[in-house]
Amino acid sequence: MTRIMDHPILGKLNDRKAIPFTFDGKTYEALENETVAAALLANGIRTLRIHEESGTPRGVYCNIGHCMECRVTVNDQANVRACLTVVEQHMVIESGKQHPTIVKRMVEQQ
Amino acid sequence: MMDVIVIGAGPAGLAGAIASANSGLKVIVIDEFIKPGGRLIGQLHQERSGEWWNGIEESERLHQEAITLSVDIRCGVSVYNLEKDGDLWNVHTSIGTITVPFVLIATGAAEYPIPLPGWTLPGVMSIGAAQVMTNVHRVQVGKKGIIVGANILAFAILNELQLAGIHVDRIVLPEKGPLSGKAGEPEEVMKSLLHAAHLAPSPLLRIGSRFMKNDWFRKTGMKFFPKNGVKVNGTPLLLRKAAIEVIGMKQVEGVRVADTDANGTIIPGTETVYEADFVCIAGGLYPLAELAAVAGCPFQFIHELGGHVPHHSETMETPLEGLFVAGNITGIESGKIAIAQGTTAGYSIAKHAGKCGAVIDEQLNQAIQNVRLIRMQAAIQFNPDIESGRRKMSELWEKLYEKPANLHSTQKLG
Ligand SMILES: Cc1cc2nc3c(=O)[nH]c(=O)nc-3n(C[C@H](O)[C@H](O)[C@H](O)COP(=O)(O)OP(=O)(O)OC[C@H]3O[C@@H](n4cnc5c(N)ncnc54)[C@H](O)[C@@H]3O)c2cc1C
Ligand code: FES
Repeated sequence: MTRIMDHPILGKLNDRKAIPFTFDGKTYEALENETVAAALLANGIRTLRIHEESGTPRGVYCNIGHCMECRVTVNDQANVRACLTVVEQHMVIESGKQHPTIVKRMVEQQ
Repeated sequence: MMDVIVIGAGPAGLAGAIASANSGLKVIVIDEFIKPGGRLIGQLHQERSGEWWNGIEESERLHQEAITLSVDIRCGVSVYNLEKDGDLWNVHTSIGTITVPFVLIATGAAEYPIPLPGWTLPGVMSIGAAQVMTNVHRVQVGKKGIIVGANILAFAILNELQLAGIHVDRIVLPEKGPLSGKAGEPEEVMKSLLHAAHLAPSPLLRIGSRFMKNDWFRKTGMKFFPKNGVKVNGTPLLLRKAAIEVIGMKQVEGVRVADTDANGTIIPGTETVYEADFVCIAGGLYPLAELAAVAGCPFQFIHELGGHVPHHSETMETPLEGLFVAGNITGIESGKIAIAQGTTAGYSIAKHAGKCGAVIDEQLNQAIQNVRLIRMQAAIQFNPDIESGRRKMSELWEKLYEKPANLHSTQKLG
């Protein structure tokens, strides 16, 4: 998605430093002081994780920390809210992955 | 040691911190968002005077004032729990436990979801999420969107999306059902919009058509409601169409809708799909009060205030010693009222802390009057019966917690 560079009331977007980070191994650019959620959307990425069990895709829902839908792994720390986390230089971000449901499979097979 | 911890750096929390610090107390403010201002930073609407209510500027003003008074503001920190320990409160945060005699909970509001099928697809977001992405982060949420739910916040944010050059194609209602409640009933939605229409801070909220203000229309309106809707700032508002499902493989591709009758019941065989790459769900707001609940504060459900609210007085005290509340946690209202309530709470805390002597009574009184005045002049009202909701709470407080002096003495005499 594109950034809103010029706004009739809020004015022009400040010049901010570009910051490299990686998401699932690919390098992207964020702007200084922006959240992981905003930086990814600005790069056209809506899917932040897939549901641990069903494997269906999930993205930002509330954008202010309430819903927990935007959980990603940041520098090896799992379950970090993308909408509350500011991107830092060379941050390594991984999308939330589907978990094997071994016990459930076993129960189902019985 | 700190005297006061404020949980939430929204308008209520910042104003509370300012008033307390102004009275000589040492204050720390905790907020889990990346910057101070709370939901105020996303707000952008035109006042009746024609002036813009620019939430970013208002937040910055409050932030600067707090800094000038040496308030310690910590962003990116979450509060998980709090408990009373003798005369003090232990507040557990993601950076450790903070112990203080006074706590102000100003955690604001959250949005009701409307869980229609397909709502977990990437590209579906709450209307507030779109506001923050647009005005705070300045990233477009999509190219063509559909809003599900017609309420005052949806219209305010529709205008904000349009200002930022984002196309909102249509506004439809959620399907009628136990979860959507009145938001899925065209007649009820119309009634609440008519209430909002006279407040009309900007042309947008005047809901376009003249006949919507007309009593005849109010009675017969839904039967004759134009199939193509009425235009709100150029975007069709379709009160007789309900969203049945959000469709898409990996992300939003469209919304399946159907025609409804005046009560919101789906008319079979009328389904169509509107294409879109984003969907905003506008389910309305409720007070975010979990922390008051874990602290052990009693609650009351008051519909006009938006849901369950902690018991509190007009001076923003709760029944728990040292625990105060302000802003949307006490009921859903606009940012200006949150500021005024925060100021009241701040002086109220100072009074309990024994600061400032006689001046404080005057400041506190003034602050309470100010809340009432601003409420009367409010350009945005989330519930038209807010006054009645506030009255219910103050009557409850009087009944439960205010024991007049003479009552005590009579009891003693008897
Ligand atoms: C999405 C949304 C959009 C809104 N848009 C408008 C609008 O356009 N116009 C309008 O007049 N009103 C709007 N409102 C109403 C809004 O609630 C008030 O205008 C006002 O911002 C309320 O102020 P407050 O200080 O009570 O809470 P808020 O402004 O919500 O501030 C609360 C703060 O507390 C923080 N917080 C919450 N829980 C925790 C925790 N556990 N730990 C740490 N920090 C925490 C939050 O991060 C937040 O910054 C909106 C509300 C929401 C939820
Ligand atoms: S999007 Fe809801 S917590 Fe991040």
